Amino acid sequence: MERSTLDLWVGLFVCAGIGALLILALKVGNMSGFSTADTYQIYARFDNIGGLKPRAPVKSAGVVVGRVGDITFDNGKFMAKVVLTIDKHFQFPKDTTASVLTSGLLGEQYIGLVAGGDSANLAQGDTLKLTQSAVVLENLISQFLYSKAAEGDTKK
Amino acid sequence: MAERSALSVRGIGRFTTDGVLRLGYAARFIALTLLHSGTSFRRFGLIIRELYFTGVLSLIIILVSGLFVGMVLGLQGYETLQTYGSESALGVLVALSLVRELGPVVAALLFASRAGSAMTAEIGLMKATEQLSAMEMMAVDPIARVVAPRFWAGVISMPLLAAMFSAMGIFGGYLVGVVLIGVDEGSFWSQMQSAVDFRDDILNGVIKSFVFGVAVTWIALLEGYDAPPTAEGVSGATTRTVVTSSLAILGLDFILTSFMFRGV
Repeated sequence: MERSTLDLWVGLFVCAGIGALLILALKVGNMSGFSTADTYQIYARFDNIGGLKPRAPVKSAGVVVGRVGDITFDNGKFMAKVVLTIDKHFQFPKDTTASVLTSGLLGEQYIGLVAGGDSANLAQGDTLKLTQSAVVLENLISQFLYSKAAEGDTKK
Repeated sequence: MAERSALSVRGIGRFTTDGVLRLGYAARFIALTLLHSGTSFRRFGLIIRELYFTGVLSLIIILVSGLFVGMVLGLQGYETLQTYGSESALGVLVALSLVRELGPVVAALLFASRAGSAMTAEIGLMKATEQLSAMEMMAVDPIARVVAPRFWAGVISMPLLAAMFSAMGIFGGYLVGVVLIGVDEGSFWSQMQSAVDFRDDILNGVIKSFVFGVAVTWIALLEGYDAPPTAEGVSGATTRTVVTSSLAILGLDFILTSFMFRGV
């Protein structure tokens, strides 16, 4: 086969391969999300994080504003210490509340941030004071049963 | 009786030394190939020619099987997910299984049987018809002229083919899931995008296919170069290429997967 047609076919092949990779990166993956460059880290301690996993989203008002980084156990306070990596574009007041929430009934767990009213903003390395743990289904059921039983007692 | 057992022990010994010898030969072969690849990069036309034969001509089989694998994944995934009422996760299922596993592995298996066997047969026949010896006679190194360009062509084309396989498979899953069955298009793509990570999933898939590319072309070239110069020898070498490289792909896949995805 002639050299120029060979070059053409190979060029097309390589372009198609790189195109497929680009499609995978942009359309299938979340590379267009945020880069790790302009973020800041804050810490939050929870009594119980439930099934929270690293790389879970951090949402405020339902919009993804960051991702969960490392999750470690704080042996001094016996609490879970979670690193939240937040996009620099989003600034939150110092008295922001973090809670572990579940998307849908059986969906993945994420961290929801609710902004407070402080005039100063959170900076790199700050720790959130107000946190709310994950809801553990067993506790919920036992509470429900307990209150039902108490209700039955008063009716009699 | 004692003679019998001595004979079988000798058999084990021969098996081991043969294996070690072959491993050493294979290592020397790849080292020589890498050492001589400078010349083939300077004459890039040789690599382009081989890219055409290994890459472009494998396109049809890769694209068509990618499409069908994706379509089957869409159908079967829908059937299973439907029982849990989470059809909207179909995109995640199709994309993750293709990008992480099926794309690199199935593309590499197809590549081994389509391009690897052709490489072995070609080089084996070159050896049988004494073309390689003729080259040596003319002071042309057959490793630099014949082996190295084929090696690089295989290593370059394998990740590209695997990426095309995955992309085509996801398109097939989209066709069946969204167009045919009617899963919601928005949740199909958005759940896929939130679940598939570029570095953890896509890049690891590319690394896998690169490793498979090296393994398949290495085995194919070695079998061809080492084939007994007879018709039987070449046919046996071609069979061994397909069998050995398929086993190597599956074994390597397990090792790579256990390093890459440990369930976080």
